[in-house]
Amino acid sequence: MTLTGLIRNDHAQTLLGLLFGIIFGFLLQKGGVTYYDVIMGQLLLTDFTVVKVMGSAVATGMIGFHLLRHFGLVRRHVRAGSTGSNVIGGLIFGLGFGLLGYCPGTVAGAVGQGSLDALFGGVIGLIIGAGIFANIYPALSRSILNKGEFRHQVLPDILKVNEWYVVVPVTALIVIVLVVIESMGL
Amino acid sequence: MAIWSPYIAGVLIGILVCFSFLLSDRPIGCSTAFVKTRGLIEKVLRGDRIHDIEYYREIPPRIDWQFMIVPGIIIGAFLSSVLSGTFRFEFVPPLWASTFGDTPVLRLIVALAGGIFLGIGSRWAGGCTSGHGISGTLQLSISSIVSATFFFVGGIATAMVLVHVVG
Repeated sequence: MTLTGLIRNDHAQTLLGLLFGIIFGFLLQKGGVTYYDVIMGQLLLTDFTVVKVMGSAVATGMIGFHLLRHFGLVRRHVRAGSTGSNVIGGLIFGLGFGLLGYCPGTVAGAVGQGSLDALFGGVIGLIIGAGIFANIYPALSRSILNKGEFRHQVLPDILKVNEWYVVVPVTALIVIVLVVIESMGL
Repeated sequence: MAIWSPYIAGVLIGILVCFSFLLSDRPIGCSTAFVKTRGLIEKVLRGDRIHDIEYYREIPPRIDWQFMIVPGIIIGAFLSSVLSGTFRFEFVPPLWASTFGDTPVLRLIVALAGGIFLGIGSRWAGGCTSGHGISGTLQLSISSIVSATFFFVGGIATAMVLVHVVG
């Protein structure tokens, strides 16, 4: 089966979603980030496990994604953003993140390891919240979601340079930050 | 080993996201699954009338890749914790118990409130810590970098107030 054929096969994709989820959940749990104490430790700036996992995932994925894109094997999936959507939405997310102590992916991982606050609080809350958003979406999409639209979609477009001039320094910066965090004993 | 080095877990997650772009032509994100779950529940309760809701026309409630990622994560984390012998039922995490006591009711109320804000905020921003924070940021997406920054700005402020001021 070709890649395009695989991508267009709905049944195969549904199974792949499950498979990606299983591996992702396994890695999140092994990385320690499905624990409330670890995530809250990050938000209280006493435990930097979340930054270490996310930083190494972004650095690795950034190089891998752009190599695959260079060879025409993957496409970008980015959306135009706005202050109304990404800043306001980000802050509402942050309020929930700090109260719950899990995010939408890690809350599912926490359910898998037996955390009942994640199941009866987090998952139920997320389903309620998604429903509230679905109901206010028409009003929001006509008003706040498009306020202050960003003019560019990706960093290389702002800087008007070849993407590798951004990928390499950003990856290096992430590695330096992780080395500094490690050397400070965090 | 119960817990791996966060760097090993992180590098493997980065590779996993690359495979998701390659084999499924999509980033790994989790918050859409909760919209689909909500839509599927409403479909059972209200039938085809849910098609009147604009948001469910944009994110159709059906069992697909974006839905299956969440049951997958639950299974994966279950396997990981069972294999390392760390699976156990717990209502109140230790850090919460040391600040607010071990009453499950208080923890559940705050977790529920947090989940509701998280559900609204993730859809408002168009993604979560995995969709924006990892998959979007590694594509150098500006909306993702901005979102991820404010996830943590809001999260750090809320956690600091919750633990150091309220607690």
